[in-house]
Amino acid sequence: MAVMNIQSLPLMRTCRQAAALLVAREDRTLRLSDTVALRLHLLACKACPQFENQLLTMRLAMGRWRNDAGEAQRPDSQDLQQPD
Amino acid sequence: MATFEEQLVEHRVYLMRFARLQLRNEAWAEDAVSETLLAALSKPQSFGNRSQLKTWLVGILKHKVIDLIRSHAREVSLPDHGADDEADELDKLAFQADGHFASPPGDWGDPQQTLAQSQFFKVLDACVERLPPALGRLFLMREWLELSCEEVCKELSLTPTNLYVQLHRARLRLRECLAIHWFDQHTH
Repeated sequence: MAVMNIQSLPLMRTCRQAAALLVAREDRTLRLSDTVALRLHLLACKACPQFENQLLTMRLAMGRWRNDAGEAQRPDSQDLQQPD
Repeated sequence: MATFEEQLVEHRVYLMRFARLQLRNEAWAEDAVSETLLAALSKPQSFGNRSQLKTWLVGILKHKVIDLIRSHAREVSLPDHGADDEADELDKLAFQADGHFASPPGDWGDPQQTLAQSQFFKVLDACVERLPPALGRLFLMREWLELSCEEVCKELSLTPTNLYVQLHRARLRLRECLAIHWFDQHTH
């Protein structure tokens, strides 16, 4: 029912648009209208909050990686194949 | 108790790992790490303990790496990509014509539980390494060097639009790699 209501709003975004905004949000501040549209979409959608959680997991993981990945790396990981 | 020189040799492995991933060029990585170690050797008395030394080394390495990127900016810069590239990557997420997910993104569960598993970080490491060199450099300029988008654009002479398209692409590739090599096998 929420989906129907949200879809009638002018701010409605598709999942495709919402996913693009979620990725963009990792690197830049969204416009206010996009932020509002995204919030509304996330309230009405089941799939996009999962995608949002995936990006959150990646953000937290990169933070941890940045600070102590080297501790977890043993010298034997040095011979992982380099691309190119 | 390891001597100062022995400590530096131990840290070298750690430093090379990041330098390689960030620069994607063995010779540049060697240069950056060698210069970092030389800088430390010139002031051995100024480090209280191991972790202070390590923090200091990483800080110096980041500066050396940025200098190298700057001096090789022409070689590491990317050709301009149109908005089509972004569309390509997003379509990998399998959207229907009406803009809905064809199949919903997987449930990755509680991030803290994921972060508690050291094996996950091996997969993350491998996925970062698997990014194509140009994308990997850009991505790590944000995520390891922690430069702002403005700074990355300036160093690489990129337009913000181009940078955002590339970062978008890098993040989606990383997501896909983690989904395939970790989450599809560890969550249901």
